[in-house]
Parts: sequence; C-alpha cells; structure tokens
Amino acid sequence: MTKTTITLKINGATRTVDVEPSDVLIEVLRDKLGIKSPKIGCDRGDCGTCTVLLNGQTVRSCLVLAVEADGGEIVTLEGIGTDGLTPLQKAFIAHNSFQCGFCAPGVTLAATELLRKNAQPTRDEIKEAIAGNLCRCTGYTPIIDAIEDAAKPANKKTKAKK
Amino acid sequence: MRYVGEALALVAAATLAQARAAAAAVVVQYEELPALFDMAAARQPGAPQLYKENNIFKELHITRGDPAAAFAHCAAVVAHTYRTPPQEHAYLETQGMLAVPQPGGVMQLYGSMQCPFYVRDGVAAVLGSTLGATQITQTSTGGAFGGKEDVPSLPAAHAALLAWRTRRPVRLIYERDEDIICTSKRHAAVIRSKYGADRDGLLRAVEIEYLVDGGAYATLSPIVLFRGVVHAAGPYRCPNVRVDGYAVATNHVPAGAFRGFGSPQVLFAAERQMDELARQLKLDPVELRRRNLLRAGDATITGQTLHASVGATDTLDTALAYVREHPLAPPPANAPHLKYGRGLSTIYYGVGLGVGGEYLARTGATIQINHDGSVVFAVGTTEIGQGMKTVLAQIVAEALGVPFASVEMLPTDTTRVPDSGPTVASRATTMSGNALLHAAGQLRERLNAVAAEVLGRAPLQISLHHGQIFADGAPAALSFAQLLHECAVRRVSLSAQGWHHPRPLKYDWQTGQGDTYVVFSFATNIAEVLVDERTGATTVLRVTAAHDVGKAISPAGVEGQIEGGTLQGIGYALTEEIVQANGVIRNPHFSTYIIPTACDMPELVPLIVEHPFPDGPFGAKGFGEQPLMGVAPAIANAVCNALSISQYELPLTPERVWAALHSA
Repeated sequence: MTKTTITLKINGATRTVDVEPSDVLIEVLRDKLGIKSPKIGCDRGDCGTCTVLLNGQTVRSCLVLAVEADGGEIVTLEGIGTDGLTPLQKAFIAHNSFQCGFCAPGVTLAATELLRKNAQPTRDEIKEAIAGNLCRCTGYTPIIDAIEDAAKPANKKTKAKK
Repeated sequence: MRYVGEALALVAAATLAQARAAAAAVVVQYEELPALFDMAAARQPGAPQLYKENNIFKELHITRGDPAAAFAHCAAVVAHTYRTPPQEHAYLETQGMLAVPQPGGVMQLYGSMQCPFYVRDGVAAVLGSTLGATQITQTSTGGAFGGKEDVPSLPAAHAALLAWRTRRPVRLIYERDEDIICTSKRHAAVIRSKYGADRDGLLRAVEIEYLVDGGAYATLSPIVLFRGVVHAAGPYRCPNVRVDGYAVATNHVPAGAFRGFGSPQVLFAAERQMDELARQLKLDPVELRRRNLLRAGDATITGQTLHASVGATDTLDTALAYVREHPLAPPPANAPHLKYGRGLSTIYYGVGLGVGGEYLARTGATIQINHDGSVVFAVGTTEIGQGMKTVLAQIVAEALGVPFASVEMLPTDTTRVPDSGPTVASRATTMSGNALLHAAGQLRERLNAVAAEVLGRAPLQISLHHGQIFADGAPAALSFAQLLHECAVRRVSLSAQGWHHPRPLKYDWQTGQGDTYVVFSFATNIAEVLVDERTGATTVLRVTAAHDVGKAISPAGVEGQIEGGTLQGIGYALTEEIVQANGVIRNPHFSTYIIPTACDMPELVPLIVEHPFPDGPFGAKGFGEQPLMGVAPAIANAVCNALSISQYELPLTPERVWAALHSA
C-alpha cells in the first residue's frame, strides 16, 4: 500500500496530509489533523456523531475514505460560529438542547445543512433531517424546537421554551 | 470464562493496527462446560453450579399481613406472569479510559464514568496500590444512564495494568459492538403477580415473585433486586403483601445498573395489573388508582410511613387535567384500522441509595471564593449530561448570595473531595446539594461576620444577594469586592468543606419491613397511541408526564430529564430488546438494536409538580431516573386499551401485538 498526499480545505484553511489508501476520513480528521469535534459513536454509519459537511453535504466521516475527500471542502463544528455563535447555536443554548453533548457536533452540522437548503422547514422536515443523528439524552424535543426557532426570521429573539 | 465478552488477555501496542494484529494472534483453546441461559433452568435441582449451591446471587423478601388469607375475601383477583427484556444503555460515547503512570508510583486515570471512587478502589485493588497512589479524573462523559456506574472500573483496571506493565500511557476505548457485547444491561425479568381487591377497588392482597437474570457475575444484582422488591407493588396502600425476589446466576453478560435500577420491570407488571384489576372490577383505571394511591400519613408495602412530599395524587390530577384540556385530533376517518388508545401509569421512586446502600450514602464538597470574586466548587458526584453542574452552581450561587455566572464547577476528581459514593440513584442534587449548602453556610458565616464588623452591625442583620450586600434589608455601603478585600486583610479563609449524609434508616431484612428510602418521588404518565390493527404497529401520539420533584431547581433541566427519559421509556416499550442465543448477543449494533430517532418522537408534555422535601436543598428531591420508569406500562396499557387485548411482555413489537390480537 502506498501513501498518498491529499489536500483538503478544512474550515477555510488548506491542509495537506499523508494518508494510507485505507484511511477513513474520521481517523484522518481526529488523529492526523487534530480536529476532535467529529466523534466515533459506532464507526459504521448508524449513529451520526461523526457527521461533517463535505462539499456542502453532510456525510458520515466514518464511511468516507480520506482519499475520496481529496480536493474537497470540509466543514466541522470547529468551522461553525467562528465569528460568534450562529443563530442556530444561540437557539440550541436558549432551548437547553443538549445534555451530554456527544451528538451535538453532528446535529449542529445536519441542522446547518438543512437551514442552508430549506430556510423554512416544517417540523417533520426537521425531524427527517436529523433522523440519522441519534441522541440518547434529550428526547429530541429541545433540539427540534431550537432548529424551528432558528429558522423563524420574524422571531429573532429566541423564545424560551414554553 | 463465564460469559461471551469476558476479557481473556490484554494487548497493548503502539498503533491500533498492531494491537488488532496481536489480539488476533492469540490462540485460545476452550474446554466447554455446561452453560445456563435460562433462569428456570438455573433454578432446577441438579443444574450446573454457577454460584453457590442454588445459582441465586441474592434473595429478598417482604412480608406484611397475611395475603393468602386476604385473597379469600377479595371480590376480584388477577394473576399474570410478565416478562421484560434486557435493555442496552446506548450511551453514544462508548467506554473509554486513559491511564498515565506518574512519577512516584502514582497511577492517574482519565475517562468516561459516573463513579470515580469506584474506579479508584478497583484500580488500586488490581494494582495492589494504595488509594492515595491512585488518582481518577472524570472527563466529559457522553451519556451513562447507569452503564457507567460499575462497568468503567473494568476498562480502567485493564488500561492501568497495561500502563503499569509498560510504564507508558495507555488508551483503551471500546468499539460499539464490544461495548454492547461486554458491558452490563438492564436485567431481563420475569414477574409473577397476583392482585386482589375488594368490591370498592381497594387493594387487599398482593403476591409477587420477581426474578432477575443477573448474568455471570453478581456485580450490582443484589442492590438492583432490593430496589425492585421495594417498588414491586407501585405507589399504593396494601395491608397484605408478600414479595419474593431472586437474582439468578446464568452465563449471560452480567446485568447491572440502568436508569430505574430494577424498578421499571416490576412497575410494568404492577401498572398492567392495576388495569387488569380495573377491567375485572369494571372500574375506571384512573378511579382504581385514585382510591389506592399513597397519601401523606400512609404506609408503603414495607410499612414505611410517608410524612411529607407525597405528590402521587397531584401528579395524577395534573396529567389528567392537561389531557382533558388539550384533546388530540381524532384519528383520520378514512383509516378505521388505526385504533386510538389511552393508558396511564402512576409510579414512585425511592430517592438515593436507601437502606440497601446506606454505608455509601455520604458526600463531600468544597467551595472556594477567590479574591477576584470568582467561585469554584468541587463535589464527588459527576456531571453525566443530567445537568448536575447547572443545578449545583445554582445552589452555590443562591446560598452564597453571588451571581450564578461567577460560579464554576471543577472537574470531579478523587483527590479534591473525600469519597462521596457513586453518582447513581438520582442522588446528586440532594446529596451534593446539601454538602454544598453545608460548605456555603460556613462561608456565609465568615462573610457576614466581617461585613457586620465593617458596617458596625450584627452578623444576623447582614444578607447577600447576587453579589450585593444588604444590612437589615437595605443596600449597604460595602461592595462585594470590598468585602473580599476586608476578608483578605483579616486573613479569613474563604475556602470551606461540606459534608452530608441522610438520616439513618431502620429496616428488618428478615421481614422486609421498615424504612427503605428517605423520600419518594412520584409520577403519572398518560400515553396516547394509534395502533394499526392490520400490522400490530404502534405509533405513540403523545406522552403527558407529570413528575413530583419536590422543587425544580432548574425547570429547564427537569423538563430535559423528563423528555429524554420518556423517549428511553418509549424505546423500552416498543423496540429495544437485546437478543441472545446461547449467550451470544445477536444485535450489537444500532442497526439491529433499535433506539428511537427524531422521527419516532411523539409530542412530549413534561409537567412539573412540586411537593417540597423538607430535607432536600431548597425542597428538591432527586428524580432523574423516574422519567423512564412509568412510560412502558402507560404505553402497554394504551395499546391494550386500543385493541381490547392484554399484553404481558415487552417490547410491544408489531409481531407480539398482532399475535395477541389474533389469539383472542
């Protein structure tokens, strides 16, 4: 097996890294590039904690070979809210959306993608968009409430729950 | 080797690939011995001996009155056998530990855990080291739910052994399938239950046999069994009771702690029994419960009189009122195969370790006010996502009279406070909260004395709120910063240690009579479902959950616990079941062990009821486990209501429901 050098644009910065052909994107992000927000919850695409944006689309970074991402643009949680928290992140805080927080990076990216593609999602569309991101703590309600709130342009100040 | 998944050898290597190759090179020769995978078989005379002479890790009994005689006088008697499956915690972060040998023979561990003091004791025992030379630091923990109570001691000891041997740091992280195969589950259970009531629906006699499959090692089974036995008949009065509990040894993976700790199984049976009894008496299930629910002054089945903070009936009324005032839209008229059903459960939960774990029921805390006004505190319990950090910071801020934003919790570490027992049994708010109140009280005395001296007042005239000083209720001409300066000039220590243990409990282990827990929390769940009678598939429309928590210190946190626990309960009710064949777990992945996704989430209505607990911090009593506990019986009762069937086994898969519908 021969090492390959790949180039990735990660959170706006260009990085090159030597990888094995069998290296999976999440290993490269976490172990070679020190980007720790994508988590390993199952390592087989079931749980969504490793979700990142690759060329604007959410992918399970445990199911993508690093070489497949060569030349691509990757956004992780580290690249969200770099100029202050986004309205989505503020809504997550206002709604007490997370408990242990292990799912939060993946959920944040899934919701970010949704709101970019669909500024006014219905509640069912929100559920569908995060259905691949398991959460065992919250019952999803405060996550969905926050995404719904962040999508409401007329309602800028996030209303506290109930 | 006693179960599939038990460690046989430890391998450390510089890379994961090397470690995998080395582990694969280990050749194991097995000589097969007879194994037991069934509780009934394990209890047969002549069964292979796994534990002592009878394969029973623990038996516990409650005897009150004379149930055998009382049944003869009952107008209605219902007897059924209920079964519940092993449930997986499915915390999203698997078990993980980092062991780092330190100079001077100290072993430092960092990891995901609920109970650093358990890890410390385990690692020290394995290394033959002292507790002082074993330092455990909890890192951010990605969910626990009981699965990180005793289990983390194992990966910690394994990592520590390798680190001790190699004199290098060792990181050990379970993969998901390893985690599901090797670590504890909620006990599978069989509950044989006989209830008798008089013509008015008053419970006269209850007989329950509770069997839990403890798996290959006793671990926490004895104390899980204790909680189950105490909760076996639910939050009702009954003068004649017999409960017999047995934790049975088998060759399954050891079962252990999981939110509810032996009570969800018995409460499923108890609340199904109440509906079965109501059906036989032709009484409204709500009315049957109302007539029997514990009120202040009543005694539980162990003869414990409840004096205060008994909100059972209030939770029932609160949940019913909500459902009455917010009716759901009727099911679509063009879908007559979708049957609407409603079911409820009322349950209770003994808060804290109780008499079964009394020797561990103490906690320490420290608080330090820095000279810039920032406050740090440390406790021996852990933040595991349940929101303890927020609640305790609120308690410290309120008790000291400083702004919430100035208070920070330090990471939980075994060297910061004395052994404070485990973070289990919904005990962190009350135990660490009270220990912090003890520490804060000492600091307030010192602050008040100095302020009084500066202002020429008596200490009792001084109060502090949100960092502002008041004398006789009026703002004083002394800022908090100035007060801290005056304390520094006088060299007054602004660091204090707190300690708390609950009042002692008296219990007779022979008869099972006496006081079991210092206080109980209560909850009523109302589940509304649509069941497709063509397929047996259940859709939960809404769960209305009213919880008496004493006092909600963080209402948003309480709602979060209710919502999250309710969804775990929905999983337990409908889909979650660890499937084992000859001791091998067949579904060790999230693609085959199905936990609810966002699309499975019904409308969840958390309702807070407050009956303050006089000995709790600001009236709070713990309740974190309770949200899961009553959901499965409420859903089961709703499904039975929708289809006019009876169900005795979880989970209520479409296959099971369909079979019940067609066997009638």
